[in-house]
Amino acid sequence: MSTARPSMFQRSRSANPKEQLIHVLLLCCALVSILTTLGIVVVLLRSAVYNPGPKTAFFEEVSLGEFLTDTRWKPVERSQLSPEADQGHFGIWPLLSGTLMVAVIASLVSVPTGLGAAIYMSEYAGPRERSFLKPVLEILAGIPTVVYGFFALHFITPMILQPVLKHVFGIEIGLFNVASAGIVVGIMVTPMIASLSEDVLRSVPRSLREAGYALGSTRFDVSMRVVVPAALSGILAAFLLAFSRAIGETMAVTIAGGHKVLFSVNPFEEMRTMTGYMVHQSFGDNSADSIQNKSIYAIGLALFVITLSINIASQWILRKFREVYQ
Amino acid sequence: MSTPPLSVTPQPSDVQSLKSVNFISGSDSTIRRRLFLSRVFAWCCRIATYSALAALVALLASIIVNCLGRLNLSFITSVNSVDPAEAGILAGLWGSFWLISLTTLMSVPLGIGSAVYLEEYAKDTWLTRVIKVNLSNLAGVPSIVYGMLGLTVFVRMFDLFGSSAAKSKAINLLGIVKIPLPLGDIILAGALTMTLVILPIIIIASQEALRAVPSSIRTASLALGATRWQTIRHQVLPAAMPGISTGVILAVSRAIGDTAPLIMIGALTVARFCPAGIDSPVKLLTEPQRILQAPMDQFTAMPIEIFHWAKQPGDDFSPVAASGIVVLLLVLSVFNGFAVWIRYRTSRGLKW
Repeated sequence: MSTARPSMFQRSRSANPKEQLIHVLLLCCALVSILTTLGIVVVLLRSAVYNPGPKTAFFEEVSLGEFLTDTRWKPVERSQLSPEADQGHFGIWPLLSGTLMVAVIASLVSVPTGLGAAIYMSEYAGPRERSFLKPVLEILAGIPTVVYGFFALHFITPMILQPVLKHVFGIEIGLFNVASAGIVVGIMVTPMIASLSEDVLRSVPRSLREAGYALGSTRFDVSMRVVVPAALSGILAAFLLAFSRAIGETMAVTIAGGHKVLFSVNPFEEMRTMTGYMVHQSFGDNSADSIQNKSIYAIGLALFVITLSINIASQWILRKFREVYQ
Repeated sequence: MSTPPLSVTPQPSDVQSLKSVNFISGSDSTIRRRLFLSRVFAWCCRIATYSALAALVALLASIIVNCLGRLNLSFITSVNSVDPAEAGILAGLWGSFWLISLTTLMSVPLGIGSAVYLEEYAKDTWLTRVIKVNLSNLAGVPSIVYGMLGLTVFVRMFDLFGSSAAKSKAINLLGIVKIPLPLGDIILAGALTMTLVILPIIIIASQEALRAVPSSIRTASLALGATRWQTIRHQVLPAAMPGISTGVILAVSRAIGDTAPLIMIGALTVARFCPAGIDSPVKLLTEPQRILQAPMDQFTAMPIEIFHWAKQPGDDFSPVAASGIVVLLLVLSVFNGFAVWIRYRTSRGLKW
């Protein structure tokens, strides 16, 4: 197979059983990641789409059309006996809207700060300032998400959102709200956007900047009209990764986002997200065969599909639009 | 991971300094306006950067203010309680200890093995490409989804052995350890799940570290007659160790703070016992047979207890939650300090 390398390896491999055994063992290690993906897909499909055993899967009881179009989420067992009003509803929109609200608010917070920080660190800050700022961002990225949930509940909402909204706009808001969850998730993904974007900004060759300065550009012109456009694909890819991370974020939004299942676009409402619903259901004592338990697999499948598509889109953008410099 | 200081970006100080501004512009107001805009932009970027610092300070301050008056020695020597004045984090501390030890034991060999295979052995076949693409996708899967995988595969084992509540069947190892089938919500199941969560992070970091080892090291070793594995074992891996250990510690710190997969597999939220009854390091020495029993016990973990306290209604438990966060952050900073130390220690002897 490999023509570049001499047959030395092939011979030593076949001659030495120990070397061969190690090769196989290492291959097995590498296959674990493939098995993990297969496992995730099988587990989600088995409980959500089609169950080969005697039990039924979620989508065998609830149609995909209802799941994607109904705007009510009321996970109760369906039966012929109960009256129409008590029937379960399984439309993903209330949960999806909560998740999207969090992700959009998080983007509004993290894109300006993350991108600003990336530009500052790559274009303005000296090596000393960088060596101080980088660890700060790393610490911010390393703080567990439960801590951010606590921060939202005990600082962002009572110290910032409630007083500002009350005194400036005269709105009273509750302790649980999507805005505080979105803000802390935004703080959480800012380091990700900043460090990924900074890497691509730094990979823009110096000659482009020097050409800009030679033509009489100010630093603003060079940053915003030369460097950022040249690095745009990488910045977009970083944003998509952060967006997908915000969608999959669990603990902070479960703590701060609240309990109501609502289809709304009001950021000061309490709303449950997809991940929040999954956590909530796993605390309940429903049996493994109940529709509530199956519904978390359906939500999990939706979450997996959404985050996977965004990640693939991000990789595609990086590959497709990469600028290659000599 | 901090990058070494790179070369200074071009500093057009002559354009920026006021003296030359006056010299260039004189009467031209558009240049003045452009320079003003440039300066405003610089300040916006600076504010954006330092707002991240402000957020960090606010976060730490809000936690410290909340934990004052509650955090004391008894907090880390007692287990959870319904009384906020008596609740402690001991059960979570030991639960996290066992969980993370097992996770590290399983994920480090697997992760480094995969990375060595991908970087040193794999040829460019379709299988290799599939593994590589798959890895970057796995790293982006939300950890709660891994929790569902762990719940079905490890905790319930596809219901092949009946329901997990019955715990009828078990594998007996040497008469000391009973591995229940299905596993149920025990530490081993949590550690297996957590291993899968952090495996992609370890593999990707180790791959980068291996790639940074110059190929001259390999060719020199092979030229001296070492086999491929000898080359990897004695030359490549030691040289890549600083990078690999940094990646491992970052991944393990992520596992310490990760909560969602543990909640999904059904770890306890309120536990008033330590796994296998080991509640002090002394018992590890005096009753060593319990060490093997601990992985088969039910557990809670630090972040789960914090989550439980944080979502209690009212303000009674917020000092408890804040104290738990302080303990968690202290453990994390010890870990990260360790990473810095390892990087410093192991990188001293390496020069090429």
